[in-house]
Amino acid sequence: MSKALRVAVFYMPIFVGLILWELAARVGLLNPALFPSLGDTLSAFVRLATKAHLLEHAELSVYRQSSGFFLAAAFGIVSGMLMAENRWVRNVLEPLLRATFPLPKSALIPLFILWLGIGDSAKIAAVFLGCLLPIVVTTYNAARGINKQLVWSAWSLGTPKWLIPWKIVLPAALPEVMSGLRIALALSFTLMVSAEFLIGQRGLGTLIGTLGEDGDYAGMFAAVLAVTIIGFSADRLFLWLSGVLLRWQDR
Amino acid sequence: MALIEIDGVSKVYALENDQNLTAIDRVALSITEGEFVSIIGPSGCGKSTLLHMIGGFVPCSSGEIRVNGTAIREPGPDRGIVFQHFALFPWKTVLGNVEYGLAERGIGKEQRRRTAQSFIDMVKLNGFENTYPSRLSGGMQQRVAIARMLACEPSILLMDEPFGALDAQTRNIMQEELRELWQRFRKTVVFVTHDVREAVFLSQRVVVMSARPGRVKTIVETGLGPGASRAAIDEKADALWDLLRDEVVRSIDEERQGL
Repeated sequence: MSKALRVAVFYMPIFVGLILWELAARVGLLNPALFPSLGDTLSAFVRLATKAHLLEHAELSVYRQSSGFFLAAAFGIVSGMLMAENRWVRNVLEPLLRATFPLPKSALIPLFILWLGIGDSAKIAAVFLGCLLPIVVTTYNAARGINKQLVWSAWSLGTPKWLIPWKIVLPAALPEVMSGLRIALALSFTLMVSAEFLIGQRGLGTLIGTLGEDGDYAGMFAAVLAVTIIGFSADRLFLWLSGVLLRWQDR
Repeated sequence: MALIEIDGVSKVYALENDQNLTAIDRVALSITEGEFVSIIGPSGCGKSTLLHMIGGFVPCSSGEIRVNGTAIREPGPDRGIVFQHFALFPWKTVLGNVEYGLAERGIGKEQRRRTAQSFIDMVKLNGFENTYPSRLSGGMQQRVAIARMLACEPSILLMDEPFGALDAQTRNIMQEELRELWQRFRKTVVFVTHDVREAVFLSQRVVVMSARPGRVKTIVETGLGPGASRAAIDEKADALWDLLRDEVVRSIDEERQGL
């Protein structure tokens, strides 16, 4: 089977779902006022894209989401590594992590708005904080769980002790770190939409909120579709990058 | 003078209930340059721990280990090690693994490549330079680990049950190849195993350790040359097994009592 065909077969259930959606709307199973058809959603998508600056909303949202995500990735990996390698850092951060891990980070969005205003910073902060913990926790666990004999091997082959975390522990922990990052990536879109949904002038989350309030449900569906497409593409891109970075893994 | 002197070395672990567990009890042993010494003993007798202490990875609780008269405190390039589960860097290719120690010494790219290649050829892995460890069999991975160790030209080779994870056929081949390598280079080898026949086949002296706390029970000279017959090896191995058997039974009994 060719690769294109395999991909088509894999995603077949989605196409079937879309067709059923359109059919259900056409035979009158769905109330068009509450549940627009696929066709209406797609034409609303085109309308938003051509007349309502959909691309600009999307750009702004992606800017907020990716700023928060990349900041969280950088801080999260570094602090997870420091926790794994240094007892003092661990003693300070571990109780903080345990206490804040179960807290739903979206509950903090109103606080960020209060402190940082209704602009980009509050939204980036919400994404950042929501993504941070899963990244710290997976990095920490992965770094602590690596095969100790890799460290010993490097040590006996002449690697200075202070370089071992970066030359040995991090690459050995990378597969788990990458799966933590992937979970955080999905979270980053959730947090971006929630934060924009609460307050703001522009962005896909705001767009979903305002279109819904205006009763333009086809438009609202189209904005949700835009978030879905972006999230899906980001995940595929991430998987591709993982495959490149982890090409040494047996699969 | 002995190259390695293990001088009254003990290893005591503090347990959670404020008790102490003596893993190794006052072990004394000297190993001369160019000698192949095996350490056998029941599981849990501390034979691997002793090897790790010679490597400098684990500190002694008391006593000291000297190499060339100097007490060791940490790992050094004079002592190479291979582990039972290979411990290759999985994100590096065969070549990358073998070159690693050379790069850490600041050896230039071309020289590094040439040296690494000669050791890859020596362990018969030419053609696999750009393969990642995950795509190699266990026997091949252990060859990479041996090449990686040898490339740094250590004077002492520490081998921690290196063939324990391999199937019986591969193990036989690897034993023969290791013996050939040793006859060629005459490096000092300290070889930990639980396989009595392997110990007899490879080494000049076999150190038998007791069940925990690990002590040197006896040291046996194999007295077998490279041309020793299968029958002679088997006979020696049987005699050695008689010495070891009591210790193994004792260690199993203790395990059963939940010690």
